[in-house]
Amino acid sequence: MGSTMNLLIGLAMGLNLLALGSGRLSAIIRATAVQGVVLGVMPLLLEYTFDWMVALVALVTVAVKGFVIPSLLRRAMRAAKIQREEEPLIGFVPSLLLGAGGTIAAIAGARMLPLLPEHAGTLLVPGSMASILTGLILLIGRVKAISQVCGYLILENGIYLFGLLLIHSTPLLVESGILLDLTVGVFVIGIIVDRIQRAFDSLDTRKLTVLRE
Amino acid sequence: MRENLLIAIPLVGAALAFFWRGDRTRPLLLPAAGILHTGLALWLLVNPPLVSPGAWFGFDPIARAVLPAVSILFLACAVYSVSYLRIRTERSNRVFVASLLAILGLLSAGHQARHLGMLWITTEAVTLAAVPLLHFNGTSRAFEATWKYLLIGGTGIALSLLGSFCLGYASLRGGGTGDLTFVGLIAQGAGLSRPWVLIAWVLLLVGYGTKMGLAPMHTWKPDAYGEAPGIVGAMLAGGVTTVAFTAILRVRAVVSAAGEGAIADRTLLAIGLFSMVVAALFLLGTRDFKRMLAYSSVEHMGILVIGAALGRAGIWAAFFHVWSNCMTKGALFLSAANIRRAAGARTIDEVSGMSAVTPRSAAIFVTGLFAVTACPPFGPFFSELRVVRAAIETGRAGVAAIFLGCLLFAFFGLTRVVFAVVDGRPRTKESKAAGKVNERAGVVLPPLILLGAALWLGLATPHVLTDAWTEAVGRLVTQP
Repeated sequence: MGSTMNLLIGLAMGLNLLALGSGRLSAIIRATAVQGVVLGVMPLLLEYTFDWMVALVALVTVAVKGFVIPSLLRRAMRAAKIQREEEPLIGFVPSLLLGAGGTIAAIAGARMLPLLPEHAGTLLVPGSMASILTGLILLIGRVKAISQVCGYLILENGIYLFGLLLIHSTPLLVESGILLDLTVGVFVIGIIVDRIQRAFDSLDTRKLTVLRE
Repeated sequence: MRENLLIAIPLVGAALAFFWRGDRTRPLLLPAAGILHTGLALWLLVNPPLVSPGAWFGFDPIARAVLPAVSILFLACAVYSVSYLRIRTERSNRVFVASLLAILGLLSAGHQARHLGMLWITTEAVTLAAVPLLHFNGTSRAFEATWKYLLIGGTGIALSLLGSFCLGYASLRGGGTGDLTFVGLIAQGAGLSRPWVLIAWVLLLVGYGTKMGLAPMHTWKPDAYGEAPGIVGAMLAGGVTTVAFTAILRVRAVVSAAGEGAIADRTLLAIGLFSMVVAALFLLGTRDFKRMLAYSSVEHMGILVIGAALGRAGIWAAFFHVWSNCMTKGALFLSAANIRRAAGARTIDEVSGMSAVTPRSAAIFVTGLFAVTACPPFGPFFSELRVVRAAIETGRAGVAAIFLGCLLFAFFGLTRVVFAVVDGRPRTKESKAAGKVNERAGVVLPPLILLGAALWLGLATPHVLTDAWTEAVGRLVTQP
């Protein structure tokens, strides 16, 4: 179980770097979607016995993060006729370097955190920290709304990964409530992206600068 | 079971509003739910129910000390919105009414949440329910504000989720069960793993601090409050920020039980003072009277967290200030909305002499200004005085000095803008010499009543309230 899980988390960490280094929006969306699917199936690996509620939650997560949101973003991308992230605030190479450095630091730093013995051997904590960092870099460093949404999704994936540490102690009701909220949140963001595209005829958040002191 | 009705009534109302046909009658659901909710909240304030220790939701002393204030504020906003939505007939109010009711229900749930996970779920749901309200005006500027609100607020709330998980892990690592009820966490106390408690504290403070609008996480606030209708500003500044504040108070109690209370208090003091300084500086510069209210809100959030850091007397003062802030901010936002509608603009470059155009609203606005800048005998004066006293009593004269200095600068900034808007030759966006505008009772009475409540809080604070605050403090601070 542990090795499959570590493999999947390693894959998610690779997808982080892919999202950071790529300038094509479709590539960032794809990386985010694949990461959502990879992480969505993880609760099934962690459960000792098969539970239909966990399976349902996993299915919904995979469907929303892997298919619904990406297709929403792709639609917005086509409507706005943009393909690439141009002139990001933090360039692709610097953000890639930051992300790679952050991933290494996360792996080293997780060793220093007091973890329970059953979590010490897994990549759960470093993977989570690396994804959170990647999400923040994308949120801060990119100017297209679509990339920022992807950054938010990756940040959320990282938190989700951390939440898996508690999967055996948190009541399922709380977990599903949290997942529902996150899902609706991403959905609302997707809708607003769509509206911004129509109102401004662009998805460049640098144009959102009327409101400043 | 009655306390669950506080959550259920508005949520049922929201569902009803969503399926209600008829734009003219739908807004009446707001005051209907508001009256029921306020009545019930006040009844529970006087007759507090028993809360079973392990319950996830309950009208416990902390909810009792704060929730009725939100309820009263909502009622005033609800009455106001009936008149307001009569004016705004150009767009459907279906989503607006439903969202506003949903926010009330979720706020009631958030205030009563005794489980860290449930607290997070309700706060996030409130954040999302507010989105349609923010872009109700449908302008591109409103969408810009909504985008910032979603992105900054979303990131903040995501970090608070991470913080909640860290606190759960602190319990697991310390040999506990990972139980996320506040009672369970406090009972584990020193058994919690210290490093994880500290990580959790930082994340939760940043997360819920974003929701409160503490500097430097406040940047969404001026945009959102500036672009949203006045009712929404009032509910955000008085209601949503309050639930985030009680969240911080509840978490602080856990951190303090784990033996890190001193660090928690120091961070609260630092972030509170920083918020006050930032707010005072921006108040001196702003030219827009709705954004001014947002910076004033940042300042008052700073006052709340400073109070929370000053021990028993400070937390008591903070509860007092929650009430004062709710009432005065409500009065200010609603009267400012009247002025803004009559003037058609929001900056002192375009608007002046509103005392001749909207005399009643202008009078409330000016009186509200004196209330919010802590002039006696309004509530904020007494609550802020108690914060200062708590600071001096705990030997933090420096904090008291910075606090008073910021209040002074905020006073300069606020009076500068307010009198520029109210005084002078009548001038609105449409006309260089505007005439008097008819002000309906429906949009004047609610802010007036809130202002009266702020005055009442200052002159004769009801005993039932002071008792409720004392009991809540006793629950939050275990050691003297």
